[in-house]
Amino acid sequence: MNALIVDDSRAMRLLLRQMLVALGFEVAEARHGREALSHLQMRPDTQIALVDWNMPEMNGLELVEAVRADETLSGVRLMMVTTETEMAHVQRALEAGADEYVMKPFSKEIIADKLALLGLSGGDAHAA
Amino acid sequence: MSLSGSDFELVRRVVYDTSGIVLDPGKEYLVESRLQPLCRHENVPSIPRLVQKLREPGAQPLVTRLVDAMTTNETSFFRDVEPFEALRRHVLPALIEARRATRQLNIWYAASSTGQEPYSVSMMLDAEFPQLRGWIVNQLATDISPTVLERARAGRYSQLEVNRGLPAKYLVHYFTKVGNDWRLKDNIRKMVRFEELNLIKAWPLLPAMDIVMLRNVMIYFDTEAKKRVLSGARRVLRPDGYLFLGGAETPMNLDDSFDRQPYPRAGCYTVKATTLA
Repeated sequence: MNALIVDDSRAMRLLLRQMLVALGFEVAEARHGREALSHLQMRPDTQIALVDWNMPEMNGLELVEAVRADETLSGVRLMMVTTETEMAHVQRALEAGADEYVMKPFSKEIIADKLALLGLSGGDAHAA
Repeated sequence: MSLSGSDFELVRRVVYDTSGIVLDPGKEYLVESRLQPLCRHENVPSIPRLVQKLREPGAQPLVTRLVDAMTTNETSFFRDVEPFEALRRHVLPALIEARRATRQLNIWYAASSTGQEPYSVSMMLDAEFPQLRGWIVNQLATDISPTVLERARAGRYSQLEVNRGLPAKYLVHYFTKVGNDWRLKDNIRKMVRFEELNLIKAWPLLPAMDIVMLRNVMIYFDTEAKKRVLSGARRVLRPDGYLFLGGAETPMNLDDSFDRQPYPRAGCYTVKATTLA
């Protein structure tokens, strides 16, 4: 399974990459929403994008809206992974078309459980 | 000061006699790590002094708090996902069809810990089974630990707890943020009754159950206790009811009256027809 990590923090991308690789995913990275959108348009077979909220150029919410406006990307699941923890943010993300929402800080189990809710278990369903 | 061999033996015996929880040799580190906070809570200067108090007359309230401290309360919303999928896709539709005359369902969560399991099902019932409105759905959730039951009744969870396994749509729909915590709305909290129940002691009279959730509790028991608890679950289940066990649990070699249902990784069982006859 292919996953895309979208986060402007290199440390966060590395952390999520390690978790996703351990869960059996093939992982690509993008540093902001615009880069992520370009990647997804080249790789519409990406199953899941993990999306930070606050990023330069195009933020996470704008990315979610752009992906949902593009019919060729309808198979991409979107999971916000963000420090935004207010109810209003969760609501806005879901209304924009996000499938799931993880609040930082998180653990590998939290990511694995949320992916399982979406029916995504990477290459090894029991790696978590 | 650390735990001596004789003190460990006493704690081990008291915990086993009271709760059925088996603490094998080698678990001294676990006992120590759980007793240290209890010492602070009891205002006792050391673990040896705490164990000494267990030997004194009138120690029963302390024994209760000791067992409370030793129980493992690992849980999360929709833990393991698949059992809840089996409920949603197969078990609940079948029971709704079978009970359409009586319009009543009884569900028992036998080791409910801080409430995530019964509340997960309650949210699912509310969101996905509108046909149950007007039915009597009795949900009884029990645990040996009064502390976790108090937390369960409050329905208040940390950010870490709601992050784990809870679909975001349910967070938005059924929770309110209170400071850094998240509080379950009253309509869901009121769907579950929480009571103290020790699975290895005599059970109170329970109504016939359509579903028994007995997940991730037998792993702490020895073979005899597992057999007794499974036998009790069989007696309390309706003939066409469903039993759910944890992922690492099985009735195999303990109680041959259950058939495993073909729902992947759900740990779902029914009572064998031959047992009923």
